Amino acid sequence: MSESKSTTPTGLVAFAWALVGLPLAYGLVQTVRTASSLFTG
Amino acid sequence: MAVPSFLARERIIAKPGFNRWLIPPAALAVHLCIGQAYATSVYKAALVSHFDSTLTAIGVIFSIAIVMLGLSAAVFGTWVDRNGPRAAMFTAACFWSAGFLVGSLGIATEQLWLVYLGYGVIGGIGLGIGYISPVSTLIKWFPDRPGLATGMAIMGFGGGALIASPLSRQLMNWYDPAYDGTAGTTPSGSSVAGLFLTLGLVYLVFMMFGAFIVRVPADDWKPAGFDPSTVKQKALVTTESVSAANAIKTPQFWLLWTVLFCNVTAGIGILEQASGMIQDFFREGGTSAVAAATAGGFVGLLSLFNMGGRFVWSSTSDFIGRKGIYMVYLGVGLVLYVLLATIGSSAVWLFVVLAAIIISFYGGGFATIPAYLRDLFGTYQVGAIHGRLLTAWAAAGIAGPLIVNGVLDSQGTVGELVAADYRPALFIMVGLLAIGFVANLLVKPVAAKWHEPHATTPATARANPERSTAR
Repeated sequence: MSESKSTTPTGLVAFAWALVGLPLAYGLVQTVRTASSLFTG
Repeated sequence: MAVPSFLARERIIAKPGFNRWLIPPAALAVHLCIGQAYATSVYKAALVSHFDSTLTAIGVIFSIAIVMLGLSAAVFGTWVDRNGPRAAMFTAACFWSAGFLVGSLGIATEQLWLVYLGYGVIGGIGLGIGYISPVSTLIKWFPDRPGLATGMAIMGFGGGALIASPLSRQLMNWYDPAYDGTAGTTPSGSSVAGLFLTLGLVYLVFMMFGAFIVRVPADDWKPAGFDPSTVKQKALVTTESVSAANAIKTPQFWLLWTVLFCNVTAGIGILEQASGMIQDFFREGGTSAVAAATAGGFVGLLSLFNMGGRFVWSSTSDFIGRKGIYMVYLGVGLVLYVLLATIGSSAVWLFVVLAAIIISFYGGGFATIPAYLRDLFGTYQVGAIHGRLLTAWAAAGIAGPLIVNGVLDSQGTVGELVAADYRPALFIMVGLLAIGFVANLLVKPVAAKWHEPHATTPATARANPERSTAR
């Protein structure tokens, strides 16, 4: 059996990625801010 | 040990047409939460003050958690493979969350032993089960790109610290307005108790989301356009199956154990000391040219490379092979360590670049090992084998800091160290990387006598996972 037409709602996939992606983006932004002091401090 | 029916593997077999791109966020939902384990430094000083204790006594909380991670991954690996990712993620969520709640109670009642028991023991079990819970499922959903798949999940473990550090500072600031997150201010014990309570509840919800969207592929499923026969054409990649009980009897398992141990020990050598190390490397006449705030930026940059390396290098291994990428981690890593020890103190930018690449290899080593195991032992019990291999992490977590702290203690006093004082420790790491490099070179395909008979189907294997242990 191989992959056929998707039966998973696209909205669920997008929601799941947003749920993990948004906190990760928050963490990345905060860490880049901290790391930037390496070049400015 | 049976699990309730709503957690059973049979209940989560994906229907035809299921979108496999729902699995990485399920895995990330778990790994982003348990990655908090790397953010404990945020409240370390607060706990020392609250318990009127020492850094060592508080550091034991983290050490217990990492040791429990290794032990529980090894002990429960077979259970995780047999019962599937939902049962594993659900269990991990309960333990990880309960660990925070018991820890919170311990802080609120000033009982340090309760924090050891809660975050250390109970939470540590959640760490171990959670860490391995999505790995074999991802490998089965992405047989065409196993390095990419495991890289995504294990990148989440690195990313978890990036989220937990600023989030914890923010929450402690809300619970204790006198604490503003700047150097010199320490949050109150009650604000840390509140933080633990909040994190325990938030992580429970988040991890349960992962547990309830995860699915396993049907036994005969394969991605569109994927031809399994092409897998066998690659060197060191098997289509056979080796049980976890048999895997640990093979030299390949112990060679990879050595590879992981050496790679992790060497990386911890820098990670453990990052902030102090960059200041010491550029100290002249008792004063460092690198300010404390800049050193904090260096730690942040290493976190980014630790996380990025997990995804980038593990994905790259799908193209250049697992043995090849570990030759890079260990061989190039060895050269970079020599450069760090010899010319690393000549310029700040050079020190930062060398350390960042070394740490990206450290992260890459973690993320690529499940795919290496899958190549050598097949997908049959790869989760359980991975769990047993993680004992190398626990051992490295003890050996790495012991080596570096032991050498530095013999060289001088904290705050007065210079670059030359680090050289003995760095050259010990070079030796370890050389050992790891040789171990990786010695890896060959697993002998046919360890392969499972072909009549073993995934279904019968799950029903009796250790049936071939007598061999």
